Amino acid sequence: MGTISRGFFGRRTAADAKLPPGQYLTNDFPVLSAGPTPRVPLEEWQFTINEGTEVLRRWDWKSFRKLPAEAITVDIHCVTRWSKLGTHWEGVSLDMMFADVKTDASHALVHSYGGYTTNLPLEDLMDKQAWIAFRFDDDDLAPEHGGPARLLVPHLYLWKSAKWVRGITLMDEGHPGFWETLGYHNYGDPWREQRYQGD
Amino acid sequence: MWRIGTVVAVHDETATARTITLQVPDWPGHLAGQHVDVRLVAADGYSAVRSYSVASAPNLERRVEITVERLPDGEVSPYLTQQVAVGDGLELRGPLGGWFVWRNEQTEPIQLIAGGSGLVPLMAMIRSRAASGSSAPFRLLYSVREPGAVFYRDELRKRSENDPSLTLTYAYTRTTPKDWPRPPGRIDASLVANAAWPSKLVPTCYVCGPTPFVESAAGFLSACGNSSDKIRTERFGPTGGRK
Repeated sequence: MGTISRGFFGRRTAADAKLPPGQYLTNDFPVLSAGPTPRVPLEEWQFTINEGTEVLRRWDWKSFRKLPAEAITVDIHCVTRWSKLGTHWEGVSLDMMFADVKTDASHALVHSYGGYTTNLPLEDLMDKQAWIAFRFDDDDLAPEHGGPARLLVPHLYLWKSAKWVRGITLMDEGHPGFWETLGYHNYGDPWREQRYQGD
Repeated sequence: MWRIGTVVAVHDETATARTITLQVPDWPGHLAGQHVDVRLVAADGYSAVRSYSVASAPNLERRVEITVERLPDGEVSPYLTQQVAVGDGLELRGPLGGWFVWRNEQTEPIQLIAGGSGLVPLMAMIRSRAASGSSAPFRLLYSVREPGAVFYRDELRKRSENDPSLTLTYAYTRTTPKDWPRPPGRIDASLVANAAWPSKLVPTCYVCGPTPFVESAAGFLSACGNSSDKIRTERFGPTGGRK
């Protein structure tokens, strides 16, 4: 296009080299949510892996927290253009949670308390690429950041890392979730800058 | 796809905020509440992009107004509020976002709650309501630091004076006008309960502002009996307290 912003120099940092295109570095942790923050008491919390009405696995908070957890250090990238490098989390890998699940499904629709949904190919949840995270920076995950537990899929834009998760529905085909229905990209790879439909 | 907008007017809203009016020949139209990405490009190709809510109502003239608050450490906002001049071109992409929007076929009561520059997308809704001749009843609760930080002050006053179904409530957090009945302070449960529509009227609520503000305002709306699916939020900036 080639419109030069007369007199604009910008602020370059060494870290920009590690950032996906169109992102800028922040040391804060901004919040993007479409509605009020749900407050989910731990004694009511549940997480299921299901195929619609058929529940394949179910955990309450106690049984979930008995699963082996791991420390996770990852970069995260929000579609609203901020990136945060080297964030520290603790969570349970989805490999662990899917260990006894037999399915032919190719896609997942992630559900949250509060009604949020997001979709992704099942293979993006496997092979040490995704976790159910419950701690951030050595603290219990704050409600505005998705606590008690959120999905963490750092190789995709952060709207895929659904806050307040309560379950994953396995499906044979992709079914667009909340933002995917509202004009955002179906897959959301930050390195290919897949922000919006058509990118 | 990036479009080119030409700056046709600039107007300072406050000491730190400026409205920029862009003429965008291929603008496809927008809904009140949507935002645009604005891209600045340096001579060597380095670019920086930020999102800004559209302030103007949908219009046939293909004009897009944004109001930008200058952030002390900002990379893009100082340029937009201090350097951009009439005649300059700006790259923009959009409109974006399909959730935090008001459509003129909505007839239910509307509750708007703004914190600081979070007023901008809500102003687009107020303007869109007027431009479309909608009679949907609107209430705005606008929390702002001090009288000098109010955006669109005269326009808001005129619109509400001429229209009994547009009600404004200001809340000042640091400094109030002289003889203001409420001492300066953040919004609280009783203010929201008094200023907002009763939940039994089932208003749709739009809340926009800094993250801690939106967290508390949405919480007060819930506490008044508004259901979560009637409260739409747009947050900006970090969470308070911890990083």
